[in-house]
Amino acid sequence: MADIEVQQITKRFGKFTAVDQISFNVEHGEIFGLLGPNGAGKSTLIRMLTTLIEPTEGTARINGNDVVQSPDEVRESIGVIPQAMTSDLDLSAEENLLIFAKLYSVPRERRKRMIRELLESVELEQWADKPVKNLSGGMRRRLEIARGLVHEPKILFLDEPTTGLDPVSRVSVWEMLSKLKSLRDLTILLTTHYMDEADKLCDRVAIVDHGKLVALDSPLKLKASIPGNNILEASFEPTPDGWLETLKGLPDVEHVAAQDHVFRIASGNGPRTTVELVEASRRARITIRSLSVQSTTLDDVFMHYTGRQLRDTLQEAKYDTSFMYQRK
Amino acid sequence: MNRIWALIERDLRRFRRSPTLIVVSMVFPLVQLIVLGYAFGGKIKHLRVGVVDQDHGVPALKLREMLGAVTVNAATFEAVNYSDPHQAMADLRNGRLNGVLNIPPLFSRNQLAQTAPDVALIEDNTDQFVSSTLEGTLTSMVSAYNTHQTSAGIQPRVEPRATLDVVEVYPYVPYIQYLLPGSITLSVFMMVMIGGGIIFIDDKARGLHEGYLVTPVTKFELIMGFNLAGAIKAILAGLVLMTIGSVIAGIPDPFAPLRILRLFVMIVATALALISMMFLLMVRVNDPLVPRATFGVLNTLLFFPSGAVYPQQAFPGWMRAIAVVDPFTYAVHAFKNLLLKNTGMGAIGFDLAYLVGFSALSMAAATLLFKRTL
Repeated sequence: MADIEVQQITKRFGKFTAVDQISFNVEHGEIFGLLGPNGAGKSTLIRMLTTLIEPTEGTARINGNDVVQSPDEVRESIGVIPQAMTSDLDLSAEENLLIFAKLYSVPRERRKRMIRELLESVELEQWADKPVKNLSGGMRRRLEIARGLVHEPKILFLDEPTTGLDPVSRVSVWEMLSKLKSLRDLTILLTTHYMDEADKLCDRVAIVDHGKLVALDSPLKLKASIPGNNILEASFEPTPDGWLETLKGLPDVEHVAAQDHVFRIASGNGPRTTVELVEASRRARITIRSLSVQSTTLDDVFMHYTGRQLRDTLQEAKYDTSFMYQRK
Repeated sequence: MNRIWALIERDLRRFRRSPTLIVVSMVFPLVQLIVLGYAFGGKIKHLRVGVVDQDHGVPALKLREMLGAVTVNAATFEAVNYSDPHQAMADLRNGRLNGVLNIPPLFSRNQLAQTAPDVALIEDNTDQFVSSTLEGTLTSMVSAYNTHQTSAGIQPRVEPRATLDVVEVYPYVPYIQYLLPGSITLSVFMMVMIGGGIIFIDDKARGLHEGYLVTPVTKFELIMGFNLAGAIKAILAGLVLMTIGSVIAGIPDPFAPLRILRLFVMIVATALALISMMFLLMVRVNDPLVPRATFGVLNTLLFFPSGAVYPQQAFPGWMRAIAVVDPFTYAVHAFKNLLLKNTGMGAIGFDLAYLVGFSALSMAAATLLFKRTL
């Protein structure tokens, strides 16, 4: 039995369908990602799984408990870190954990030890008695993670865990999640619109767009499922008629798409295609205004399956964190 | 200048898109105008005067007839006949009567003997507006009794010379003491509003409640937790104001243990009634602007009709109807009895029962409306 079983789950708000018949399973010990742009339905989906809203159709079982029939049993077995920071700003880090330990009926004799261990594992022990409003965004997020684990759940849900954090804090949160997953034998389901987060952190990724599940597999297999190992992005001046066909005819080119005067060329051999591209441009007396070569990303996967880019891709390009994080 | 206009435009666009703010900014002053306009200076009517006729002679009967005429016509007071003077006094002390008119056993004989027949008005002087109205009306009535007897064109065989002796049951009550019960109730209400309503909605808007909803806490536990937390804060506010206010206002013997205990019970009942009312009003509200916007309107609608600053007997019918259901009314009435008259629980039993029942009903309704999901 999988830890999380979702069958044809749907949520409608009036005439609007936010989640449309999504099905997937999450096995024990996985880090499972729901990747998609803002408004794709990820948060709605995770809220149904965490009993915050009721599905319109379909079922979901968490640890064998139905989210509609047995919500109390579901709540007892999961930890949830919502997108909004839910820690009380006027209470200290320790006080926040204490309140939630009581809400989860953690026995008195275990509470103190649990809180101390959690603060150590999220590296907030020095800030235990400081008001949460004095903590940075990254520290507050780490506290939220600790709060979600105060009752030792086996399944952890995180809704956009690193949204709004600086690059260093994001990497710190990733490392923390990986460490906690190993230490506590956790199953983690997280939603994100950051492709690097899904790529680095998740064992499997489900791509969600407009409420539908469009692809599901490991990041590696998803990237391998689309044409080309490399993506060349180039813009030209001028762009004559037929130039798209010319690019398609270059050696090793598997696919070309044009969007806003930028050509995205999927190639099986990036360096060779680059050379041929430069030569073809020179022959046609076309100036290459910009050219970049990169390996296939989940953004390319998203574009392949949906025809659009993840909206934050341009933003993410400013914060390349790949060199900072080593996936274990 | 363009930049100034840009800032003005931005604010006005936002204002236009906030119907709550627009409505309340118009409604609140209107509510204040109407409520305050009718809350002060009205003619006091429908007081309750116990009549103890220990004489039963013809002069006494004539006097009682005049009382009946005032009841029917001017309606300043309603005359309630008592055969037992002790019961009348007990009801006076317990707040069921505003005054007792005692016609002594020898009134008729003294009238015939022309030896200064007098009737006694024993009045509850804790409300100066009421007591001066009663005094004035009954003085006029006795004067009319004396004049009537002589103005019929027939020379009476005996000149009527009845006099009204006014006896005040309690020591002089300055206005600050009169206001204290309303202020205690107001302090409880303000803490309920700020420490309960506003903070509750602010936390909801910030997403804090989402953190609680994913835990195993039940709907009942959530409601009880929020309400008891708000009630405790309100009780503390009420106790502080009761203590400090009693000293400032010069309440005699303010720290008598029994009185403190009774006051504490009433403060608890008031806090529970007001927090449950607040919770019922806010249970489906998500906009932080709503509790702030309604604070002033609620304050006006609840405080002034309660009789905290002016007797309810002077209010028009619609305001007296508000007063009947207003929990403030019963809290203020109970605090007045306890602080100004030092009565026992018997005098405030109904007030206590109403507040408890009000709390239970409000809480039941709020529980039905409260959503355990987003």
